[in-house]
Amino acid sequence: MDVTRLIIVAVGGQGNLLSSRVLGEAALLAGIPVRMSEIHGMAQRGGVVESAIVFGDAESSIISDGCADVLVGFEPSETLRAVNKCSKDTVVITNMTPLPPFTVAIGRGVYPDLDQLQTLVKQKTARLIAFDAAALAKEAGNVLSVNMVLLGALIQTGILPLTAEQIKEAIRTKTKKAFVETNIKAVDLGIAAAAQS
Amino acid sequence: MHKLLTNQPGEKMLLLGNEAIARGAFEAGVAVASTYPGTPSSEISLNLFQMSHESDFYFEYSTNEKVSLEVAAAAANSGVRSFCMMKHVGMNVAADAFMTLAYLGVKGGMVILSADDPFMFSSQNEQDNRYYGKFAGLPLVEPSSVAEAKEMVKYAFELSEKLQEPVIFRTTTRINHSNGIVELGPITPPQTQGYFKKDPMNLVPVPAVARNLHVKLLKNLKLAEEIAAQSEYNFIDGDGELGIICNGVSYGYAKDALKELKLENKAKILRIGFSNPLPASLIKDFLKGCTKVLIIEEGEPFMEEAVKSFAFEEKLGLTIKGKDETLFSRLYEFDPVMVTKNIASFLDVAYTPPEVPDLSDVPEIPQRPPNLCAGCSHRATFYIVKQAAKGMDTIYPTDIGCYTLGFLPPLSMGDFLVCMGASAGASCGFSAATDQKVIAFIGDSTFFHSGIAGLVNAVFNNHNLTLVILDNGTTAMTGHQPNPGVEMEKLGLEGYNRISIKAVVEALGVPKITVIKPFKVRKSIKAVKEALDFKGVSVIISEEICTLYAKGLKTLKVRPFHITDKCKNHKNCINELACPAFILENDRVRIDPDLCVGCAVCAQICPENAILPLKNHE
Repeated sequence: MDVTRLIIVAVGGQGNLLSSRVLGEAALLAGIPVRMSEIHGMAQRGGVVESAIVFGDAESSIISDGCADVLVGFEPSETLRAVNKCSKDTVVITNMTPLPPFTVAIGRGVYPDLDQLQTLVKQKTARLIAFDAAALAKEAGNVLSVNMVLLGALIQTGILPLTAEQIKEAIRTKTKKAFVETNIKAVDLGIAAAAQS
Repeated sequence: MHKLLTNQPGEKMLLLGNEAIARGAFEAGVAVASTYPGTPSSEISLNLFQMSHESDFYFEYSTNEKVSLEVAAAAANSGVRSFCMMKHVGMNVAADAFMTLAYLGVKGGMVILSADDPFMFSSQNEQDNRYYGKFAGLPLVEPSSVAEAKEMVKYAFELSEKLQEPVIFRTTTRINHSNGIVELGPITPPQTQGYFKKDPMNLVPVPAVARNLHVKLLKNLKLAEEIAAQSEYNFIDGDGELGIICNGVSYGYAKDALKELKLENKAKILRIGFSNPLPASLIKDFLKGCTKVLIIEEGEPFMEEAVKSFAFEEKLGLTIKGKDETLFSRLYEFDPVMVTKNIASFLDVAYTPPEVPDLSDVPEIPQRPPNLCAGCSHRATFYIVKQAAKGMDTIYPTDIGCYTLGFLPPLSMGDFLVCMGASAGASCGFSAATDQKVIAFIGDSTFFHSGIAGLVNAVFNNHNLTLVILDNGTTAMTGHQPNPGVEMEKLGLEGYNRISIKAVVEALGVPKITVIKPFKVRKSIKAVKEALDFKGVSVIISEEICTLYAKGLKTLKVRPFHITDKCKNHKNCINELACPAFILENDRVRIDPDLCVGCAVCAQICPENAILPLKNHE
């Protein structure tokens, strides 16, 4: 089967690893080969967390520059930082709620302008789906469900060999029971947001 | 029940490499497991620790890797299966025990896991520990995938029992921290009861005994080579005159590359999974069937040097390449495109690498280095020491832990770092060689690991230095593992003893001991000043629980602060503490109430007393 390569970037604490896990479990349920790699050395200390997920018949579990079919960014500046993983054929999905790093607060860097950021990503890739996932997470009932909103948007694009139902099944069976309802609502809001963009 | 205890052979699970390894040890019937935690190995022990509470096998967090290896070695010499795991640099700590254990050998199977870290995602060097196999003369195996890792752990135990030697199991970060689908196998119930049979002529390596044991070791090594030549983990894929020899994750990259380059019928791969001793006969036969050979291995040219000498022995004139300015580097990790490109160039095949976007018009994106957490007691201690040492010409040796991050501005407290425990030892050297004020930092777990010996040295040789022990009640950096100073009752665990750092320091005869509570800023600065003014060895113990740990234990009382109208925008808070809870908006500082836990350190340094508790915060 064809190979689909997905990169997810986030800031520590945004729930990137849970969203990767849901995708992996959904692939397992669907009988699709999957390998994932994650770098989370100091995730809890506010660093960048990057996951690479490879679906289909391949052996590698990491993704080289220029090779991602989809890039999902949980934070706009991190999306831009990961553009090296993209090509002109890549679809990019990003949350637009900034989480400026502390280096900006102490004057050791300037946070990029959000309009310019979108223009740049659009120019370099096939398609950009950008929206305020944090607002939708709030609407779903949990500000921490940004990860599930973005999963919804990702599924809506149809790029992954997975259906929305398979994702929801993985959420129902593999995540904390207390959050299942809000998580599924968040996925649905993400699906709707991507459909409108 | 812990998911890795599931007794459903044939069930498929999505597992992290480290979970798969823990499961492999469990399936193999491990009886004693020991570790000192270190990334990227930490989740193996974390899972075994949790599993041991619901199972018969014994698990312990040992004080350091050397002790951990000694524990496992003795267990294996009592006839039970033992598993000892550590990060790659931990092998350096354990090396003294390790090198001679090779002479003694084992009775029950013993596996020593070394988690190497190419690219140094969370390490201070990227040493290639395959050389430890060669150095000690011990067998070494290394998997290429998560699923294979689980099976290979079981193989390593069997191999160890066959050879009566410990077996090294080497991983790299991309195995430890990858997820893959793994099929559960049957569980061998552990034989937990061992018995030690006296055998001093084989187990007490005084010179006369050791001379015989070295002979035995070399005999075993020869036997190991014969097994390696037949091992299912050294195999050939595909057919053709072009040869590739690879190990570990490079195997997956090479497989994908041959598919992409449509070379599957022109090139064959020799995958080496049992890599010390290298199977000479198998490699020589492989070379004879090739016109040229490319060796793909991250790290050092471990296989390459051996393969070239095999070719020389056989008088083979074929081209063999690996590490080369135009091919593979000894630096960092490999990736699929790099491997594909190098295979194509070596074999003269056309290949267009994927087009990477032109990033020349992308503005510089602010760095996002990891930072000490909001409410981290280390930030307070660093600030206090910095204030107390104002005007002094200082050297700040630091150590391995979260507090290493204190070297970043604006705290900038960290001038010299080598390895676990070195802050104490290095301080003695700075004291001997300079007139500068030496103030070293070490965490509680690191102090127990190997800092005590440095402090003993300081007292004995009467050095002039201050050692600040940052006691946050846990081994925070690697995920809050216990250490000998931890209150195990807080974790609901009984049967442990707690060692008081203060009692240890007192027993060593340190002449000046100061205990501070770092969230009391002014009082602490005064106490630290006195300690710094002391001529000789002074120790400051800074006691405050790790915020993240307290959160996990549900003992953290969050009480966020906010910046009131009294603020005159001095910005001392943000400029001197750089707590991640601060946000700069329109040149004014704001505190994120969702991040602030209420340590109140910033409130104590604000010249206007403008930072106050936020009322009615939910």
